[in-house]
Amino acid sequence: MLGLQALFFYIFAFIAVGGALMVVLARNPVHSVLFLILTFVAAAGLFLLAGAEFLALILIVVYVGAVAILFLFVVMMLDLDFGQMKKGALKYAPFGLIIGLVLLAELIIAGTGSAYHPELAKATALPMQPLYEMSNIRALGSVLYTRYILFFQLAGLILFVAMVGAIVLTLRHKQGLKRQSIPAQVARNPATAIEIRKVESGRGI
Amino acid sequence: MTDFFSTYVWPALIILGQSVLFLVVLLVLIAYILLADRKIWAAVQLRRGPNVVGPWGLFQSFADLLKFVLKEPVVPASSDKIVFLLAPLIAVTLALATFAVIPVANGWVIADINIGVLYVFAISSLEVYGVIMGGWASNSKYAFLGALRSAAQMVSYEVSIGFVIVTVLLCVGSLNLTDIVISQSAGLGTMIGLPNSFLDWHWLSLFPMFIVFFISALAETNRPPFDLPEAESELVAGFMVEYGSTPYMMFMLGEYAAITLMCCLTTILFLGGWLPPFDFVPFTWVPGVIWFVLKAGLVFFMFAMVKAFVPRYRYDQLMRLGWKVFLPLSLAMVVIVAFVLQISGWGAPGA
Repeated sequence: MLGLQALFFYIFAFIAVGGALMVVLARNPVHSVLFLILTFVAAAGLFLLAGAEFLALILIVVYVGAVAILFLFVVMMLDLDFGQMKKGALKYAPFGLIIGLVLLAELIIAGTGSAYHPELAKATALPMQPLYEMSNIRALGSVLYTRYILFFQLAGLILFVAMVGAIVLTLRHKQGLKRQSIPAQVARNPATAIEIRKVESGRGI
Repeated sequence: MTDFFSTYVWPALIILGQSVLFLVVLLVLIAYILLADRKIWAAVQLRRGPNVVGPWGLFQSFADLLKFVLKEPVVPASSDKIVFLLAPLIAVTLALATFAVIPVANGWVIADINIGVLYVFAISSLEVYGVIMGGWASNSKYAFLGALRSAAQMVSYEVSIGFVIVTVLLCVGSLNLTDIVISQSAGLGTMIGLPNSFLDWHWLSLFPMFIVFFISALAETNRPPFDLPEAESELVAGFMVEYGSTPYMMFMLGEYAAITLMCCLTTILFLGGWLPPFDFVPFTWVPGVIWFVLKAGLVFFMFAMVKAFVPRYRYDQLMRLGWKVFLPLSLAMVVIVAFVLQISGWGAPGA
């Protein structure tokens, strides 16, 4: 299977890199987001090839199915001036290059550090069970919900606080707004909703 | 060379043959599901429905297919042409791709993967792209409004669908769709002395979730009463307003394939898949695939009846239902189910 796997790896890797390039190069911001989605899907394919099928599908569900849709939503709604945005883009190129280099260096250090100093591997990672013994999800869950439960919960809490903060910043209570109250509607009955008056003829109410 | 043939070419040919067979059967079934939808809708309104092409109108869908294919596809001049034509393709491809993991009988599945549910969930979360791309690329106000509505709607209801699926997975202990069906051969019914019966299936033990899943499935597939993305009384035809001919037909095909998928998924998660409803003789003789089709057909009948009965929701009511009713309910149910399984020890072995 090695040859086939390598072939698919190159296909997905090529699509991912090409898509990422087009995110930056595309003229239309909506096209940029669509290329970003293509990159996500190709990255999910790479995860699949690495045997991390759970991560692959979660990447699609969370990033492509939810985050990128909100992205697309915002980009479509905003009336952007494409030319104006592109003008200053080159100014930021060195900055982006530095960030990319830092990320690359971090990846190389994290990935290959243990090869030079074997004791590093013990400090960073829990030994992973072979995939044929344990399914992906079970392996992930047994680490995430036991050893790293505190970090996991803290991450959730931070996201929650961020969400509450965002809502507080944007929430405005408008005065004089009519709101639908479902319980009040359901609780209505003829006795409370209708008032019967005896109207004298020719007088009106 | 023979080694190459037996490792790569032969399995690939088998999978290809299975897929083509499955797709042909599926497409013919979808043609009749479309007809059934129109017939049921007509019967509720005391009309006859399509009854001209073929006996009782049985060939109506194929006549419609010819009509759509032979018409000229019109692409609006100011539209984004590539995205405009890509959108219906994406809608139909994704809807059909999901069926690769659906087991229609024991062992009758093209790809029996361990994360089947997650695959279905992931692909159906992508289906919104067909709608949103089509609506944006049309460069029309109505289409754009429809696309925005559908994006918000589908993302909202995916959340509750996800939690409902989690409750089922907690009871089963596996993400494999075949395992989910097989696990339903023992359950509540076995406890009260009716083993292998329809009382064993998850619809009873997880009852409120069955309803939540059914309603969320309606919203996820843009079926009435939640068909706001194409609300014809206000948005003409919503995101499809600029489409005609074959691209329009592909949108319709994608929509009905997604509906069929949701019927199959309801059958697998809650109605015991291909398992017979009783464990004695005339019922156990019937092959599993027949039971599967019958159950999925029953779910579709409910889909069609809802379309005929229920008036369309207002948009804020739709959002309220999704976020303020279904999300807390399904979240609470996940906690309750996990708690009960942990306390009672009914959970799946090794989970």
